[in-house]
Amino acid sequence: MIAAFDHVGLRYGTGAEVLHDLDFKLARGGFYYLTGPSGAGKTSLLKLLYLAQKPTRGRITLFDEDILALPRHALPALRRRIGIVYQDFRLVDELSAYDNVALPLRIMGHDEEEIAGPVAEMLDWVGLADRATARPPTLSGGEQQRVAIARAVIGKPELLVADEPTGNVDAEMAGRLLSLFSGLNRLGTTVFVATHDLSLVKQTPGATLLRLDRGTFNDPTGALRHPPRREAS
Amino acid sequence: MSARAPRETSLLPGLRGKGAGATGYLLAIMLFVMTVTGAAGLALANGSRLVAAASAGDYVVQLPGGADEADALARFVAAQPGVTEATAVPRAEVDALLARWLGPAAREADLPLPALVEVRVEGRATALEAALADRYPGAGLAAQAETLAPLLGALRAVALAGLGLVLAIALAAAAAVVLATRAALAANRATIATLHGMGATDGQVARQFDRRIARDALSGGTLGSLLAILLLFAVSRSGGASLSFLVGGARLIDAGDLALLFLLPPLAASIAYVVARATILRDLHRQP
Repeated sequence: MIAAFDHVGLRYGTGAEVLHDLDFKLARGGFYYLTGPSGAGKTSLLKLLYLAQKPTRGRITLFDEDILALPRHALPALRRRIGIVYQDFRLVDELSAYDNVALPLRIMGHDEEEIAGPVAEMLDWVGLADRATARPPTLSGGEQQRVAIARAVIGKPELLVADEPTGNVDAEMAGRLLSLFSGLNRLGTTVFVATHDLSLVKQTPGATLLRLDRGTFNDPTGALRHPPRREAS
Repeated sequence: MSARAPRETSLLPGLRGKGAGATGYLLAIMLFVMTVTGAAGLALANGSRLVAAASAGDYVVQLPGGADEADALARFVAAQPGVTEATAVPRAEVDALLARWLGPAAREADLPLPALVEVRVEGRATALEAALADRYPGAGLAAQAETLAPLLGALRAVALAGLGLVLAIALAAAAAVVLATRAALAANRATIATLHGMGATDGQVARQFDRRIARDALSGGTLGSLLAILLLFAVSRSGGASLSFLVGGARLIDAGDLALLFLLPPLAASIAYVVARATILRDLHRQP
């Protein structure tokens, strides 16, 4: 298992719980879609998954580590194994597209010589080779989204978490991005995508659909708690 | 492929001027004030030391009503062991001194004027004091240092106050760095969250800000200090020997003091670095 949620609940401050009794496991090498109405708690669940938030109750195990028991200084190492595509992209406006994509590798401590090739290749793949020096404010929404995706996958993460990754691109680019995710998934990356676009699910054979409603999953068969084992080939 | 490698190794080379830009200007002003205050304090401390050193060993022998015996008294004093110089204050000088208080009529008045002898003694004056008590029982021996003690004390107190002011300005500068750092963090909150999300450590995030702030502090501080030293030069040139801070006369500020003043900018930059880093790490530690 790459992640396991055990009776997890989350509340912000003294408000009502936005997530409650989440009890599920993500198999290593799995491809998951998370859907649900607006306000169901999808983004909060993603935050727990990419370690931007700690649960107020329950237990989360990620990469076989109990994240609540981990000291703060151990979290960066776990986060480097996760690629994140934010819904609002969160590109650094002061950096070029190239530097934004290179950020995860620089954080990992790679030399510039090691970075140049993969970053250029990744920008080429998302169709932005000629926009490498452009800064995010000068890019269109679709271009920004592609930079965000390139940045999320450049480090070959073990877990890719994406929040509406195809929301701002046309159908052709959405197809290409989906094939990139599928390619990464075939190489062993566990992919977890929150989306409203159910057509994506149909294009991804073997993907698991999770439906979040009012902060919890409806799992009458227990398939989420005890998913079939799927190891990467 | 038009992508090219960036030259800067910093994660966030473009952050300059976003939030922390005021640090340089603040530190320039504060280092200007700090350098002027420090120089004034050093000059006062050095001045009081110079005066104390110059007056050490200087005494005045006073024999009430013995104006006519001034020369004999001077000869007697000069013959005592340890006395290197003994000069009778001329009658004309005593008259002039009295005239300031009593007017020209003082010369005609039949006043019992004292004999005054200025003496320089090497070492302690106890032998001279004993000899005077034996030969001139009514004579008094007064040390110049005792006369100047209240003035020197006041000078030293003002010099200490200058040091206190320098420390107060340093504290204010540190507080300004804290505020500028917090402003920089607030302005870059989203970027910091993104860096954390990608696995950046607190140390990596802190480095994006602390060195920048220290650089700003160093450049601003150097500018402020240089301007202050230029001002002191100008003052010393225009004031002549009486305001001799840097050149001529007594040299109230010497090369060592100048070196100390030139150390202020790197010292301020070091303090800014430590304060900024501590502020950043403390702030980051509150985040998930």
